[in-house]
Amino acid sequence: MPKVRFATAWLGGCSGCHMSFLDLDEKLIALADKIELVYSPIADAKEFPEDVDVTLVEGAVANIDNLKLAKEIRARSRLVVSFGDCAVTGNVPSLRNKLGVDDVLTAVYHEGPGRHPTGGDEIMPRLLPKVLPLHQVIHVDAFLPGCPPDPDRIWAAVSALLAGEPLVLEPEMRTFG
Amino acid sequence: MNRSDLEALAQRELQRQQAFRCRILCCASTPCLSSGATAVYDAINAAIKEGELDAEVQAVSTGCMGPCSRGPMVTVQVKDEGEFIYEHVSPEVGRQLVAYHARSAAPPAEELPEPLRTRLLPSDMPFFAKQRKVVLSNSGLIDPERLEDYVARGGYAALAHALREMTPEEVCREIINSGLRGRGGAGYPTGLKWDMVRKARGDKKYVIANGDEGDPGAYMDRTLMESDPHRVLEGMAIAGYAVGADQGYIYVRGEYPIAAKRLERAIRTAERRGLLGSRILDSNFNFRIDVRIGAGAFVCGEETALMASIMGRRGQPTPRPPYPAQSGLWGKPTLINNVETFGNIAPIIQNGAEWFASIGTAKSKGTKIFALAGKVATTGLIEVPMGITLREIVYDIGGGIPNGLAFKAAQTGGPSGGCIPAQYLDTPVDYESLKALGSIMGSGGLIIMDEHSCMVDVAKFFMEFCMDESCGKCVPCRVGTVQMHRLLERITDGSATLQDLETLKELCVMVKETSLCGLGQSAPNPVLSTIQYFLDEYEAHIRERRCPAGVCTLEKTPVTEWVHA
Amino acid sequence: MSVVTLTINDELVSAQEGQTLLSVLQERGIEVPTLCHLDGLSERGGCRLCMVEMEGSGRLQAACVTQVQEGMVVYTHSERLVKYRRMILELLFSERNHVCAVCVMNGNCELQWEAAQIGMDHVRYEYLNPDLPMDASHERFVIDHNRCILCTRCVRVCDEIEGAHVWDVMGRGVNSRVIVDLNQPWGTSQSCTSCGKCVQVCPTGALFSKGATVAEMEKQHNFLRWILDGREKKIWSYENGK
Repeated sequence: MPKVRFATAWLGGCSGCHMSFLDLDEKLIALADKIELVYSPIADAKEFPEDVDVTLVEGAVANIDNLKLAKEIRARSRLVVSFGDCAVTGNVPSLRNKLGVDDVLTAVYHEGPGRHPTGGDEIMPRLLPKVLPLHQVIHVDAFLPGCPPDPDRIWAAVSALLAGEPLVLEPEMRTFG
Repeated sequence: MNRSDLEALAQRELQRQQAFRCRILCCASTPCLSSGATAVYDAINAAIKEGELDAEVQAVSTGCMGPCSRGPMVTVQVKDEGEFIYEHVSPEVGRQLVAYHARSAAPPAEELPEPLRTRLLPSDMPFFAKQRKVVLSNSGLIDPERLEDYVARGGYAALAHALREMTPEEVCREIINSGLRGRGGAGYPTGLKWDMVRKARGDKKYVIANGDEGDPGAYMDRTLMESDPHRVLEGMAIAGYAVGADQGYIYVRGEYPIAAKRLERAIRTAERRGLLGSRILDSNFNFRIDVRIGAGAFVCGEETALMASIMGRRGQPTPRPPYPAQSGLWGKPTLINNVETFGNIAPIIQNGAEWFASIGTAKSKGTKIFALAGKVATTGLIEVPMGITLREIVYDIGGGIPNGLAFKAAQTGGPSGGCIPAQYLDTPVDYESLKALGSIMGSGGLIIMDEHSCMVDVAKFFMEFCMDESCGKCVPCRVGTVQMHRLLERITDGSATLQDLETLKELCVMVKETSLCGLGQSAPNPVLSTIQYFLDEYEAHIRERRCPAGVCTLEKTPVTEWVHA
Repeated sequence: MSVVTLTINDELVSAQEGQTLLSVLQERGIEVPTLCHLDGLSERGGCRLCMVEMEGSGRLQAACVTQVQEGMVVYTHSERLVKYRRMILELLFSERNHVCAVCVMNGNCELQWEAAQIGMDHVRYEYLNPDLPMDASHERFVIDHNRCILCTRCVRVCDEIEGAHVWDVMGRGVNSRVIVDLNQPWGTSQSCTSCGKCVQVCPTGALFSKGATVAEMEKQHNFLRWILDGREKKIWSYENGK
């Protein structure tokens, strides 16, 4: 059986979901038999490849790079999964939404402690006016809530996806937070 | 005062009025007052005094005459010559009116001197000819601050008749037979409601007149309360007798100070004359009326919220049942009707149910007052028989669409109603027909739109209104209206996708079906009806990023396109 | 008291006259979500989650404010109802800043749980992200308006059980807010008895005890039953906490 072309991506988030993914521990070995990890923060791939079967996306869409990557992922993946609360709801990154973008930049970089970067756009990708959950930007096929989703949830979800079954989690496994 | 005293009072007042050769009626309703009617009235009075014409000419401060956009309005009644209706009367023109009509016998209209000639409205103007005044029969003809004026035109005779000649049951039966339906919008048969309250058990019962008129552009109730307050009070007193209540409240919105003042004054005068209060017209019937002022919440027009407000609580609706007829104010059986509904009662009692039922259509009897607004030549307040077509209202009474533009839609029922497109201009205006078109009769707001109106923008306007006015008690209305408004905003600013239109439609149906009270249940109507008739306009905004009427700016793009920006 | 018979989801059910439909559903273990309802407080009918379909009535009815009637035919989980409940929760989550991950009630929150129960796994509406304050002026409790769903349990328990009526609602529509007295800092309230009932009945992390941090807050509703049983049935002692 050919291996499933599997990817994970990291947008505006803390990488906690990826940490939790690594916490699958020995299950990772079982997983490795079934998947080929073609793109991930923990794999060496610069470009998001074509023809991906399943992509787990961590993080909210916070800046223009996130948005570009999200669109690429959608165009090149058969199944896109919002992986964790930031992708599903915007979560902590979206706390800045009640402030204007300029106010955030000023508070963090210009009035904040220490040296602040100069040069703007070349160093930091342009922030979107609002941090958005992934499904408000691209079509998302399944949702895996949790901050982070614990390894059991991830395993339940990944098992279902690899088996080609619809992702239906038990109520206890689909709480936000 | 008893019945014969009442008749004597009417006679005396009639004689007094007939002593004048010329009566100059000056509108003192809010629209004319805001265009300077007070100065006109003062100028006319001064001219009468200066000319020493007090014995021949009388200036009367009256209620609304109808064509409000043409105010200040003045009607001159000259004995043996008839009526002359003038528009846009300035104090200067007012003085000239006195000078002219007090002396000479009027020549034909075309020979009147300027500026009177251009300001005289033709006597056969369709604006007046196509109307039928039942509720507003006194409006514009009497001084709302004088009880005698009302009595001289048959006022309180219906109450006297009901108290002496009819049992409460007979009064209810008469109202049922008349076919009168609630004028607040829903159109529930008034007589049935009365009979329910009459039969309800309770040591104390209440009657409430709902004058919390809140639809944007609508001022039917205000006009009635300002122009003929006793008409409303008499209707309430008859209702009190019919249902067995001894206390009435008239709930006036805070934005209507003149109406509240005139009602207060009317209540005091009527009480002094024994027409309200204890032992009314020497009978055993007692009925007190108190004015309650609203504090500027649209939702207080909803009956349960209104009652909460009267009781001094936060103006929020409560689930029905129990209906007010069983458990209303302070848990007692309560009759609550719109002000305009009460305005119909005295004529029904006086002329009989059969007479009333002869006006209108099979299921909608009588007349309806509309506040005609928007893109028509003459806007104002009109009273028309039920069953009249929209075309007659727009083109005959309203004088058509100005600037040679085409009619696009008529919005009825305000934020709870819908838009009726041109192909239904010949629909008769009655409860059932408007409902079948996805709109409602509503309380009487009627806004005409021409081809320069964007229907998405119109829907957005009404949704913004509902969003601001939602009381916040139930989730679908509180948050749903905000989300619907956001979606409409996205459509009009160019950032919407076709998916947003689907989300909007689904949300409309959900808010309609799950909201607690009428405000939320009807808030999606303007959106649903414009989607029904003007879907192409919605799609043009989204697909082509174009506003066919040229109203919306569409300066934004959908979020997925920000990458290219 | 007489008995009425009604049909719930095609099953014949008998109930006491005067009972609310919701209490009958709960007795029979038929789970409909609720948020503003709380056993022991007056019904509000505001969250609209317990709405049911009723044969012969075009309108949906909130079960908490509907009295059972002879011959009623009720459906509690039609496709339409399930969809609407989900939408209502989506609206609630979009309204304020319900960031479960950093909430004191994470893991114990009724709103969070109802969403998981129903399977509301994402919100399709725009998050409104309002800028709302917290009031930590009370010596023991905090109110965080970001988490408030305006169920008014706090208002009702304070008025009906404690008898202090410290809480009420100010503003309208989406700008409504629960307030203390005449909208003053909680800590300055003269009417507040600091009994903490409002905190215990709050379904979310809007009201919590000072010092609690993420996922540390748990709430107890049992006290309501104890107080009411004492008042109404003169039952004053509970063995084994029952």
